[in-house]
Amino acid sequence: MSTDNYVNFFQEKQGRKGIWTWLLSTDHKRIGLMYLYSIMILFMVGLTLGILMKLELIAPGRTIMGPQTYNGIFTLHGIIMIFLIVIPGLPATFGNFFLPIMIGAKDVSFPKLNLFSFYLYILGALVATTSQFLPGGPPDTGWTFYAPYSFKTSTNMFPAVLGAFILGFSSILTGLNFIVTIHRLRCPGMKFMKMPMFPWTLYGTAWIQLLATPIVGITLLMVIAERFFHIGFFDPALGGDPVLYQHLFWIYSHPAVYIMILPAMGAISEIIPTFSRKGIFGYNALVVSTMAIAIVGYFVWAHHMFTSGLSMVAQFTFSLLTFLVAIPSAIKVFNWVATMYKGSINVQVPFLWALSFIFLFMIGGFTGLVLGAVATDIHVHNTSFVVAHFHYIIFGGMGFAFFAAMHYWFPKIYGKMYSKTPAIVGWALFFIGFNILYFPMFILGLQGMPRRYYDYLPKYASLNAVSTIGSWILAIGFLIVVINLIRGAIKGPKAEANPWEGKTLEWTIPSPPSLENFEEIPEIS
Amino acid sequence: MYSTTDASNFVAGVDTAFYIILGISGVFLVAITVVMLYFVYRYNKKRNPVPTELHGSNTLEIIWTVIPTLLALLMFYYGWKGFYPQRYAPKDALAVTAVARMWSFSFEYPNGAVSNDLKVPIGRAVRVNMKAMDVLHSVFIPDFRIKTDAIPGKNNFIWFVSGKKGTYDLFCTEYCGVRHSYMNSTVNVMADADFDKWYKENGEQGATAGGTAVPGAAGKKIMEQKGCIACHSSDGSKIVGPSFKGIYGENVTVVTGGKDRTLKIDEEYIKRSIIDPSADVVKGFVAGQMISYKTELNDKQIGEIIEYIKTLNVK
Repeated sequence: MSTDNYVNFFQEKQGRKGIWTWLLSTDHKRIGLMYLYSIMILFMVGLTLGILMKLELIAPGRTIMGPQTYNGIFTLHGIIMIFLIVIPGLPATFGNFFLPIMIGAKDVSFPKLNLFSFYLYILGALVATTSQFLPGGPPDTGWTFYAPYSFKTSTNMFPAVLGAFILGFSSILTGLNFIVTIHRLRCPGMKFMKMPMFPWTLYGTAWIQLLATPIVGITLLMVIAERFFHIGFFDPALGGDPVLYQHLFWIYSHPAVYIMILPAMGAISEIIPTFSRKGIFGYNALVVSTMAIAIVGYFVWAHHMFTSGLSMVAQFTFSLLTFLVAIPSAIKVFNWVATMYKGSINVQVPFLWALSFIFLFMIGGFTGLVLGAVATDIHVHNTSFVVAHFHYIIFGGMGFAFFAAMHYWFPKIYGKMYSKTPAIVGWALFFIGFNILYFPMFILGLQGMPRRYYDYLPKYASLNAVSTIGSWILAIGFLIVVINLIRGAIKGPKAEANPWEGKTLEWTIPSPPSLENFEEIPEIS
Repeated sequence: MYSTTDASNFVAGVDTAFYIILGISGVFLVAITVVMLYFVYRYNKKRNPVPTELHGSNTLEIIWTVIPTLLALLMFYYGWKGFYPQRYAPKDALAVTAVARMWSFSFEYPNGAVSNDLKVPIGRAVRVNMKAMDVLHSVFIPDFRIKTDAIPGKNNFIWFVSGKKGTYDLFCTEYCGVRHSYMNSTVNVMADADFDKWYKENGEQGATAGGTAVPGAAGKKIMEQKGCIACHSSDGSKIVGPSFKGIYGENVTVVTGGKDRTLKIDEEYIKRSIIDPSADVVKGFVAGQMISYKTELNDKQIGEIIEYIKTLNVK
């Protein structure tokens, strides 16, 4: 290939000018990057809110804000982090950018629909944001919007719910697009069982997005009908049942956890073999476990509700199924570690993020067993133990995988390389800060400190202070990582087309890729 | 029959489940991490420049599917075993009703006694029935390892036998609004004789008899028992609702149907505020925070409350 007349996708304007080359582009790579930048900006907002919460909790009593503000902040932190960051997360960013390339396609099946999904995402984000500024004040229900408190509060719960409703459609359409793309656009020879793990996990995720997300749409419509037409679905004052709301909410929101974690597992399944310089161990087992998680993950939602007075049969069944859904995750961990066996391991920045992912994900997974067993769940339910657990899974899992993917695919996206030393220093501070921040919350939870507490008894003070200090270390690490990446994208040295010696298709094309990715559609033998 | 020396009869079963789950998890966490780090060291590209391609092993896949499944079933079993008895309260248990409202608990006993902490006799089965007045709440007693949600319209309960005298924390663990983190109480496990003495003295008759001595004392007691003081102070400080200090007979600006008007705080206004709290809301406070106490208080009790508020005018 001649490099003289090579035009990469950043240079290809498609006849548009200025900002319109981005805003109207149907190129999956530009859309992926627009998601990436939106998510990174929102992540900084969510992180700042989290740090403010931890600062308030550094000591008992009032530190920097009143209880109403605190309740508004943890609600907004949850809405931003869950609905705007971790659910779109890897599929919308790296999925959009790399799914077509990894299966040898020029774009997704429906490029315009893809851009429409992005604008639904932006619209949902804007609508949810208005809830902060309208009279009535920021919503204070928590991101779960539990009835009947969410009907009773005088704050702006409606725009937040409507925002989540719109974001749901964005998610459904992305899922639909990916399913069709994977079925229809794989290059010749790319059989399903030859597809790399990242597309496989996106496939499992897309089915969850398509099948589970409508439930949240229906639920939110019922909330709206109840709020404006006083039809009593959930509010006992109108003859409704608040527990019905919890069922519907978790029928979506538990599978949503797998929307978050599956693509993260997919990215790790790409990174570990690349830096071990060998193929993934147990490909078939990884594929089967991906689909097993996607399917069994639908049937465990009520483990969020063991204290709500479910029947004994329901408690027994949901607890048992929760233990079964843990098995495919364990199989994945074993296969990742086995991939390193007899490899020739090149410890680079993405590999460090991947290793720390496995460690943090294991802690998140094991503490999930505590929440799956009924007796122990009853004790730690709604305590800071749960908060620690899901931050280990979502932030330690999905978040670390996101940064692993970011450092892995960065040279492909930008054709440039970041500096290694600040990347490692940033990662180390991030990892250490993370554990200091969240590990004490396991202990606090076991000692009985409830979550969503603005104030707490003096006996919980010292561990809360430790946790707050961890949040500062994490924040410094985060800043170093992000600044280093931005600097690399602007003035990093030129990267080779395949700096990590990766085996998947994205490493066979120049960096940054051209508009249509491949000059000729590749063939897999 | 329920003899235990623990804080509650469920501590042993729940803690066994904790030890088994956290023990097995800890062993696996350390083992996998050590193996992983060893591989990173042993198969580093410096020590092992040429990788050996291995595509997988069915034997290994079966081993690391079957063993974790068996261990998971073991953990499930202990989790279930520790929980199972929590749902079967003995018929002869002392039945207490936990009334949960934004943002306080009160505990009502079969003989009419009412308490702001959960007083229970040592060594006897106690069943606590949940009664949520407004939104979801939850009763959590960490030292007893038990918790259940209080849901309007549902009859959840917890039960226990405590084998150890003492005072234990009791928290609301279901988020319920601005003063959620202040919605807590204690469990007071008393010697049998002490409990019986308190119980007899605080029955229905005991409460009213003691209340007539000092003006307003009966009203004060009702306000404590019904949770009024969680939001309304008697010393002038603002919590969620207006303070009662020195308000009787004063003029106040209220919002009625979206319009401001001024009225005098008299017996009629106080009664209306208790029965229909959102009708005339004092300006600067949020409507809809308080539930109606129409079914909770009778006219005589409201009268006692008014008498108490009048006493707060004395300098």
